[in-house]
Amino acid sequence: MFALIDANNFYVSCERVFNPALAQTPMVVLSNNDGCVVARSNEVKALGVKMGAPWFQLRELAEKHGIRAFSSNYSLYADMSNRMMNVLATYSPDQEVYSIDECFLVMAGFDHIDLSASGQRMRSQIRQWLGLPVCVGFGATKTLAKLANHCAKKNLAGQDGVCDLRQLDADERSRIFAALPVNEVWGVGRKLTEQLTRRGIQTVEDLRRANPETLRQAFSVVLERTVRELNGVSCLSLEQVAPNKQQIMSSRSFGTYVYDLPTLSEAVATYIARAAEKLRRQASLAGVVQVYIRTNPFKDNVPQYQRGLNIPLPEATNDTSRLIRAAHWGLKRIYQPGFAYQKAGVALLDLSPQAHAQMNLFSTTPNRAALMRVMDQINTAYGRGTLHSAAEGVRQSWRMKRDRMSPAYTTQWDQLPEVN
Amino acid sequence: MHADFLHPAVSPGRLQLPLFASRIPAGFPSPADDYIESRLDLNELLIQRREATYFLRVKGDSMQGAGIHPGDLIVVDRSINARDGNVVVAEVDGELTIKRLRLGAGNPELHPENPAYPVIRFKEGQELRIWGVVTSSVHTVR
Repeated sequence: MFALIDANNFYVSCERVFNPALAQTPMVVLSNNDGCVVARSNEVKALGVKMGAPWFQLRELAEKHGIRAFSSNYSLYADMSNRMMNVLATYSPDQEVYSIDECFLVMAGFDHIDLSASGQRMRSQIRQWLGLPVCVGFGATKTLAKLANHCAKKNLAGQDGVCDLRQLDADERSRIFAALPVNEVWGVGRKLTEQLTRRGIQTVEDLRRANPETLRQAFSVVLERTVRELNGVSCLSLEQVAPNKQQIMSSRSFGTYVYDLPTLSEAVATYIARAAEKLRRQASLAGVVQVYIRTNPFKDNVPQYQRGLNIPLPEATNDTSRLIRAAHWGLKRIYQPGFAYQKAGVALLDLSPQAHAQMNLFSTTPNRAALMRVMDQINTAYGRGTLHSAAEGVRQSWRMKRDRMSPAYTTQWDQLPEVN
Repeated sequence: MHADFLHPAVSPGRLQLPLFASRIPAGFPSPADDYIESRLDLNELLIQRREATYFLRVKGDSMQGAGIHPGDLIVVDRSINARDGNVVVAEVDGELTIKRLRLGAGNPELHPENPAYPVIRFKEGQELRIWGVVTSSVHTVR
């Protein structure tokens, strides 16, 4: 028995908690560098604005309807997310935080009990304590809990933002599933949807009734599990501990176009430093560094260029300066003068646990684990970037643009909300 | 059938246990060992439910009669249901305002504690939105 709790328009709702003037205002939150729409208020959804739409394409519509745009305020969203997850953790000892604004709970021992009232309690507690609207879905499996949540959000079943799918009789459930396109099922993406549609599986109900064996042979064991889950057989358990990442990426768009190699090098060093920090946190080593740069693909009137390169390391490492050296080596090889670069990124690949480190027989580099440890400790205590590699630069003129950011209402003493 | 949960305590917060540091075998035990208690933590005094607690900054002087001055930090606990007489933060005309809540016989009212400001009254059908209940104010004196 699972619950999925998910906040409605999470980023937008967080902004509204501390700025009630925005309550009815059509508004969006933009991705890093104020590029694309990553959250929309209901008013904006009603205007047909799609997720991921580039903000510059919306200027006219925004002016006409008074749409307000905000930069992503991650310190605010992360704090509100922590509060929400902590409140929900009091409803079950088994919680899986699935994303910044949603989590699964295992409702053990409630298999034959209508949980709608409990869902209402979660909803009103989060509404009161945090000011955020959430929807709650209950189902016999994680896949069904996800669907129940969707039904609650779209008001297809249940009541007041809470839906316990097990309370529907079989006919009613079939009717609702038959009206939902198959891509509403957790894990069914665009490509799979196309393939399923060609086989005549268009709705959730079609998929539920499909033969799991056949689908395993035609697609994968993952899809087979999904079909079983849709039929109430739980195949997916909670993942309470996030598995170690297989690759770590760090990339950003620049605040202004970058033309020269030294500035690109600074940016790349900064991204490596951040990625390396994550690498050390999960006690891994990287065997390959990837670096890439590109111009702005939305500007088709300027010359376009993009290239990436994988640089294998002689010895797997998590030492920031060795990783930077490799990335810079690669950057020099892919850099072409004469382009307006808009984005750079790095990825650390071929990760292995630190415990199994293979030492290179001919290695002459000293072990600098202690230095890295001190660096991470200082940066945790005094804020990111307090101690950094000189290669990251000091001025960082390429830093991203976040012109429309609201205050860090809950995490900075000098940015608290004001009351009259 | 409806089910009810037994809620474990919310926000256990930080529990500081005394550390008995003096070593016993050699020499004398510290005579103070029996008196060790945890040190005082202001969070414990000011915050009951961490997840529902927010800090806000007072801008105006409308509550100076209640000892709440411009620049003061207020502690707001959103988990508390507002009652008559509570100092509250409310949403009025899209802004957050701090006032004393009065729920007399008629409609709710928000009272300033400074004669220079008017009482805010709510007409029939007008909704009063309470943002949270103020539990403390922190006034810095230097």
